[in-house]
Amino acid sequence: MSFLDLKNVTKIYPNGTKAVHETSLSIDEGEFMVFVGPSGCGKSTLLRMVAGLEDITEGDINLDGKLMNEVDPSERDVAMVFQNYALYPHMNVYNNLAYGLKNRGIDKETIEQKVNDAAKLLQISDYLQRKPSMLSGGQRQRVAMGRAIVRNPKIFLFDEPLSNLDAKLRIQMRLEIKKLQQKVGVTSIFVTHDQVEAMTLADRLAVINNGIIEQLGTPIEIYDNPKSLFVAGFIGSPQMNFLDGNLKNKTLSAEGFEIKDINSDYEGDVTLGIRPEHLSQTENGLINLKVDLVEQLGSDNLVYGQLKDKKDFCYRCPGNQTIKTGANLSLNIENNKYYIFDKSTGKRVN
Amino acid sequence: MKIKPLQIIAHIILILGVLLMVVPIWISFASSSHDSVTILTEGMKFHIGDQLARNYNEVLNEKGGWSEEVTAAKMFINSFIMALGIATLKVVISAMSAYALVYYRFKLAVPIFWLIFITLLVPLEVRIFPSYKIVSDLGLTNSYTGLILPLVASATATFFFRQFYKTIPDELLESAKLDGANAWSFFIDFLVPLSKTMIAAMFIFMFVYGYSQYLWPLIMTTAEEYWTVVMGMKIIYTESYEGVALPRTAERFAYIILSMIPPVLVVVILQKWFIKGLIQTEK
Repeated sequence: MSFLDLKNVTKIYPNGTKAVHETSLSIDEGEFMVFVGPSGCGKSTLLRMVAGLEDITEGDINLDGKLMNEVDPSERDVAMVFQNYALYPHMNVYNNLAYGLKNRGIDKETIEQKVNDAAKLLQISDYLQRKPSMLSGGQRQRVAMGRAIVRNPKIFLFDEPLSNLDAKLRIQMRLEIKKLQQKVGVTSIFVTHDQVEAMTLADRLAVINNGIIEQLGTPIEIYDNPKSLFVAGFIGSPQMNFLDGNLKNKTLSAEGFEIKDINSDYEGDVTLGIRPEHLSQTENGLINLKVDLVEQLGSDNLVYGQLKDKKDFCYRCPGNQTIKTGANLSLNIENNKYYIFDKSTGKRVN
Repeated sequence: MKIKPLQIIAHIILILGVLLMVVPIWISFASSSHDSVTILTEGMKFHIGDQLARNYNEVLNEKGGWSEEVTAAKMFINSFIMALGIATLKVVISAMSAYALVYYRFKLAVPIFWLIFITLLVPLEVRIFPSYKIVSDLGLTNSYTGLILPLVASATATFFFRQFYKTIPDELLESAKLDGANAWSFFIDFLVPLSKTMIAAMFIFMFVYGYSQYLWPLIMTTAEEYWTVVMGMKIIYTESYEGVALPRTAERFAYIILSMIPPVLVVVILQKWFIKGLIQTEK
């Protein structure tokens, strides 16, 4: 049995909403797991069930070999960082960090030692006497993490902790969280709807949709090998291009082009997925793109345009290529990196 | 600096308001420093006289009432105990019941809240006979408990605390739970400090409410040792002296001035929090 084990966990709210469907998942000790999905997909509910803040309707949660279902949140030895940090507004930073330790009956010297260590680690030693209202967003974030770290819990839970920060700070804190987790080595679950955060932070990530884990794997596995239309569309930025097509006798026919010798016996209507970065310009390529708009990001250009059938399409090319609005590009798919999904079920077929 | 006409008018109105509040108090105070005879013959006074110490000393220490035993000082103590008891218990009970109503999500929380709220329509004066019957059956007439207990439930304060607790984000409770706080420590460590301005404001309201009770202590107490200030105001310098001597107007004014001191002190001491509690909530 691994460190944290979820077995057929289901959550049905009293009003009948099924938030999480029979989810099973194992997380190893020291692993950084990210739950990613659109809002309302059940990822936070799953996290809150691990924390004990939501009752488990069905299934079991085991942490470190102990069944957690009926264990009170205060007894679970988990720490959580909330989206709005939930700092204690009437306590200064020191007491924010110390509160959980005091409740566990730890003596004063040890508390002081631990709080100071955590503060040093997070570089908040200078603010220990301040109230949370006197801190900036980034500092509050650190205090919230300090409050989690100082207790030395079995598991860290992060519930979209970066979504209240501005873009620059978010990237910085993302790095710091990752570094910190590596340094402290605590098993962590991080919930986010931001796929970039998910990709960068995760050892493994679980893509969740409608209360079901659509795919579980390392970020690269999921990026390279999405198992479903949803995962393919959710992971990767800019989003994967999707084109309608039909698969018959290992030949895919889409609007305006065909791909032969496809590694699939599936026959019927399909959706073809191509990532914007898996294309290159060539003469007489498969895809003809009429350029509407070019976003120059410096390192890359994002080229938005339309195919023959007026379908929106995006192509990503190196920043040194000059592409003009209104140009016609001929594109090929690199290394046969395309994905074919059953149109009705969204399952991958190639 | 240029002063706009509108500002001048506003200031005049404000000054008039202040005068309206202060002048009667000043007249009472000034009159309390004269001889009763002077006031009876010359009317109320605007300036301080020479009888100040004598009048106040007399008011505080003279034994009065039918038994000739109760002093004004004793009545002040009684009123203070009553008001303090009422205010403290009202705040404690309302805060705790609001806590239960907001955080324990049992099915009847809303109906129970409305039931509490409806009691606003039934003030003590309306239920005074049943209340008296109960208190006297319990043998609590002529006791501080009897004075305080029937007045300690407060729908108003419960309502205010409930509204305040509802604004406290759920994450705070969840975070505290994960930090090992139980129901009691969440109340003591979080809700009480967070609502301290609210507590101060409620305490002041309830203290003044308790202090100015008239009908209830009047009915409740037959022994003079439990008389309160407000009752004394009616009784002490009228009945026992009526027809016997001149009305003791100066002492009455002194008594009125003294009776204002405890509530004023409470407001002055707690006003910093009181104003905060009315205009903002610390979150």
